[in-house]
Amino acid sequence: MEKRTLFTNKGLGIALVVPQVLLIFTFFYWPAGQALYWAFTLERPWGGGNEWVGTSNFTQLLGDPVYWNSILTSLIFAFSATVLAMGVALTMALLVDRELRGFRVYRTVLVWPYAIAAPALGVAFRFILAPEAGFMAYLNHAFPGLWNPALNGAQAMIAIVIAYVWKYIGYNFIFFLAALQAIPKSLIEAAAMDGSGLLRRIRDIQLPLLTPTIFFLVVINLTDSFTDSFGIVDLMTAGGPNRATELMVYKIFFDGFKGLDYSGAAAQSIILMLLVIALTVFQFRFLERRVHYK
Amino acid sequence: MAEVAIRGVHKSYNKVPTVHGVDLSIADGEFVVLLGPSGCGKSTLLRMIAGLEEITAGEIAIDGTVVNALEPRERGCAMVFQNYALYPHMTVAENIGYALKVAGTRKPERRARVAAVAQSLGIAELLDRKPGTLSGGQRQRVAIGRAMIREPKVFLFDEPLSNLDAKLRAQMRIEIRRLHQRLGVTSVFVTHDQVEAMTLADRLVVLNHGRIEQIGTPTEVYRRPASRFVAGFIGAPAMNFLTGTLAADGRIAIGSGAGTPVTIGVRPDEIQLLDAPLKGTLDFEIELVEELGTGQVFYGRSGEMEMTVMRNGGGEAALPRSGQRLFLKIPMTCVHLFEVESGRRIDLPPSRLAAE
Ligand SMILES: Nc1ncnc2c1ncn2[C@@H]1O[C@H](COP(=O)(O)OP(=O)(O)OP(=O)(O)O)[C@@H](O)[C@H]1O
Ligand SMILES: [Mg+2]
Repeated sequence: MEKRTLFTNKGLGIALVVPQVLLIFTFFYWPAGQALYWAFTLERPWGGGNEWVGTSNFTQLLGDPVYWNSILTSLIFAFSATVLAMGVALTMALLVDRELRGFRVYRTVLVWPYAIAAPALGVAFRFILAPEAGFMAYLNHAFPGLWNPALNGAQAMIAIVIAYVWKYIGYNFIFFLAALQAIPKSLIEAAAMDGSGLLRRIRDIQLPLLTPTIFFLVVINLTDSFTDSFGIVDLMTAGGPNRATELMVYKIFFDGFKGLDYSGAAAQSIILMLLVIALTVFQFRFLERRVHYK
Repeated sequence: MAEVAIRGVHKSYNKVPTVHGVDLSIADGEFVVLLGPSGCGKSTLLRMIAGLEEITAGEIAIDGTVVNALEPRERGCAMVFQNYALYPHMTVAENIGYALKVAGTRKPERRARVAAVAQSLGIAELLDRKPGTLSGGQRQRVAIGRAMIREPKVFLFDEPLSNLDAKLRAQMRIEIRRLHQRLGVTSVFVTHDQVEAMTLADRLVVLNHGRIEQIGTPTEVYRRPASRFVAGFIGAPAMNFLTGTLAADGRIAIGSGAGTPVTIGVRPDEIQLLDAPLKGTLDFEIELVEELGTGQVFYGRSGEMEMTVMRNGGGEAALPRSGQRLFLKIPMTCVHLFEVESGRRIDLPPSRLAAE
């Protein structure tokens, strides 16, 4: 696409840009700047000035095995959530794309979960996955002690991944379905004439043509799974049991507002931000090469 | 190489009948063109042969095997699509070789066969390019190459030339015909362009509203159209239709009179244009003149009826102009007669026609 609108009127261009810049500045650069400042100082919990401590907040964090556990937990969460949310959504989209009727209904119904706030979602899944009530109670009744996320760390992780993924499947599905619909039907038919079966067509034709969408969704899903997971963790597991679900974003909140360690929390925010940026840069550098833009 | 038999084939989309009972048998090595106006079911019929569309009723057999329940890949057909349908993420070589790759042909053999096909189509130097960087004509060749490489029993073409400009279309038409002569593969070609149909076909199938109107060689269809629809559809400019009567003794009269009412069809180039009235001539007032280079087309009216007359040559002498009044002589030996209601052709023994 080479066509761009060119503004010859400079004033108009600036007028259009200013609100956006103001918003970004107020809600991103300013808080980020503040966090950066706090990260290098020691903030007194009860106010009363702060003192410059250099990088000691960071060295302290990176020497702490609990913090490393939190990074690892976050990575496990991010990758399993992304793989699951995208895998399920892609499978559903491929199935729906085959016989499409009532596309509008799917589209609306499936995007609703995305509009649900994380706390509401967390509460809902807390009940659904509770070991003593709800759906899981039946399983526990049949196999006593099978499911108890309150005691079992791995199960707690599974529970938050499920709740989180439930929200993102619909979102991913819409993008996948739209991209599949944009692939001309005659390409699939040509491949069928060439002797290619259903799975082979998915692999050779549809997936390669979906790569721009896949790439976009990987970036969005990974980034969001680092930052958008707070509400679910807070309501479902509160980081437990035994820190098994203490994701980085939850630890920031916990250390900052519960532990009143503002400076440590600020340093953690900076590290989380750098991690997300590094992941995104990595994806653009190495994944994007494999994308077939038209 | 195979013959194709289509027996009583019907097609309905969501209970709406689209193709109503088509019977057609295509001989081994024959080049058959399906011709008809837009929406008449040509593509539907072709896609049913290919296996891309389910057959509602009736059966299709290729090479003696009924293929109704077979997958497209089991039918041995190759298809060239109107929009080419090249895989945009593969190179030309990969596009052409995809069928072989799926079939598990080894790489060296695949490469050799792709090269041979590309050579024969004159696209050998394009093999490493992506389809997005090719011109329409080149894409068309790649699409044909992709169909050729499988050495199919039947070639199916769905308006493969309609996206090309007129000159390229004429050139590709000749190449397709040449290809057919070389390979001798049974081919079914869909088009709504009558020139394409007339020049390519061994046999022409004219479809209208999901029914076959006529099957015949291009000459037969042009000279003895089986219905008023075929007569009006084939030939440019289109045939003139006049109301008239057929008397019991075989005399044909234009206008109302004694005898059965009939529709009289006469091609614009068979009408004679005269300066002075003779017995039985019609008045003709010219409204519009089209210069074709090889001749002229005159549009005008004769009384209430709109008429088109074509004259070859001319040019040097003063051209009749619009507004001018001339006289038409319709030679009764050239006319076609059709039943008014059904539109079917009425055949008269030549002896009776001569009685004009
Ligand atoms: N998938 C479909 N669902 C419903 N109706 C369809 C479908 N495909 C075709 N039709 C209808 O069937 C009729 C025949 O369509 P078809 O594509 O065979 O026409 P065609 O002769 O190839 O026309 P054209 O020259 O415009 O390509 C049309 O009325 C069309 O609207
Ligand atoms: Mg068509």
